[in-house]
Amino acid sequence: MVSTNGSSSTGTQRVKRGLAEMLKGGVIMDVVNSDQAKIAEDAGACAVMALERVPADIRRDGGVARMSDPEMIMAIQASVHIPVMAKVRIGHFVEAQILQSLGVDFIDESEVLTPADETHHIDKFDFTIPFVCGATNLGEALRRISEGAALIRSKGEAGTGNMVEAVRHLRSILGDIRKITQADSAELFEWAKRLQAPLSLVQEIAETGKLQVPLFAAGGIATPADAALAMQLGAETVFVGSGIFKSADPAPRAKAIVEATTHFRDADVLARVSRGLGVAMTGIAMDEINETQRFASRGW
Amino acid sequence: MNMQVGVLALQGAFAAHSECLTSIGVQSVEVRTPEQLSSVDALLMPGGESSTMSQLLESSGLFDPISTRIADGMPVFGTCAGMILLASEILDGRSDQRSFSAIDISVRRNAFGRQVDSFESTINSSVGDFHGVFIRAPRIERVGDGVEVLGSINNEPVLVRQGNVLAASFHPELSNDARLHEYFVSITANRKKV
Repeated sequence: MVSTNGSSSTGTQRVKRGLAEMLKGGVIMDVVNSDQAKIAEDAGACAVMALERVPADIRRDGGVARMSDPEMIMAIQASVHIPVMAKVRIGHFVEAQILQSLGVDFIDESEVLTPADETHHIDKFDFTIPFVCGATNLGEALRRISEGAALIRSKGEAGTGNMVEAVRHLRSILGDIRKITQADSAELFEWAKRLQAPLSLVQEIAETGKLQVPLFAAGGIATPADAALAMQLGAETVFVGSGIFKSADPAPRAKAIVEATTHFRDADVLARVSRGLGVAMTGIAMDEINETQRFASRGW
Repeated sequence: MNMQVGVLALQGAFAAHSECLTSIGVQSVEVRTPEQLSSVDALLMPGGESSTMSQLLESSGLFDPISTRIADGMPVFGTCAGMILLASEILDGRSDQRSFSAIDISVRRNAFGRQVDSFESTINSSVGDFHGVFIRAPRIERVGDGVEVLGSINNEPVLVRQGNVLAASFHPELSNDARLHEYFVSITANRKKV
């Protein structure tokens, strides 16, 4: 929501997308308490995502996954200087109102939590705080942008330690952007129809060759090489969820992923930081998860 | 003139700065290593997270070479987190956070508040009036004797210069206005002539 006082305005798209610009090239890490938040900040994280259970545990425990306890979010806010993000259920605008009241810096309307609305996402223009939303393809990304999202991330398949789905989503989004830049003006109508996305946004992409907001990778990133792969594919930075704190030795792995994300094209640096990190999270192959347990299919 | 402006690309809004430089016909180079640094005539330090950048400056072996280049008079322009990195004193930062002490100002990290308080506003400056975007912005709480205040909002300094060091608490790269980049390039061009 835009508020204006004299010549000064808060909650504008520019201010919202501006924070997303500031996060580029940094690593956003899932943390469940202030100790983990401090480890993340010490390792060079550019932001933390505060949540009660990392996606791997949500997947294991089952049941309904909701917004985290405000007390736990506030403890994390008090323990670090970097931005703090938190998740709400898809469509649960009251959870978002609560997070805005806590002064959270970014809200993730996340498929990792159990959806609250099977038809509607949150009207994100209603809020002063920026939102990040997941997308599996360009149409989904543009629908979220048309609802006011300031940042798009791949969904991947969170909590699996397997990045095959994140790669699929990034390739789909970026591949379609490349194709749209080659389309003529008549073909753009067909693209908008096929993507089920606003024509004006499709036309804008044809002109600029890029998404209106930054595009980050998320879902299954567990190693420095995973982070660098996402970056080389065209992601502008990475979220690392279960990959850090479900590994044998989180602090050095976190630091290594931070360095790999900055020096993502430098194989010598990647080789150096990948050494001796201990055991990565075990991970799950996609064919071990049946359709109903997949998070990425949530969102409309 | 054949000039290369480096954009520190460890983390943050480096891409937006590179686009601004390209829009005014200046060649920009992303700087992540000491070798890349050695090829540039000036360096832009973008916004982002100052504690993250500070750590990456160390692990990338860039801290000391940048320090040396600044001491030799290389023009630098820091915006937001970049300004924090250039300041002589950081308040509310991490205790292990280092800065280049290139400009005599005291800066308080995130003093304008969290993202909910981030704002855009008009800035009156001697370089012109700007539309300033402030994201979890730092505040300049003290300005040393040798420092010139070029711009302010509500009588608070937000754009300062000391010699070849330029610092802003806002984000000129986010407002489709490259006049401050032009100003920085003119500082660099004057130095190259000497």
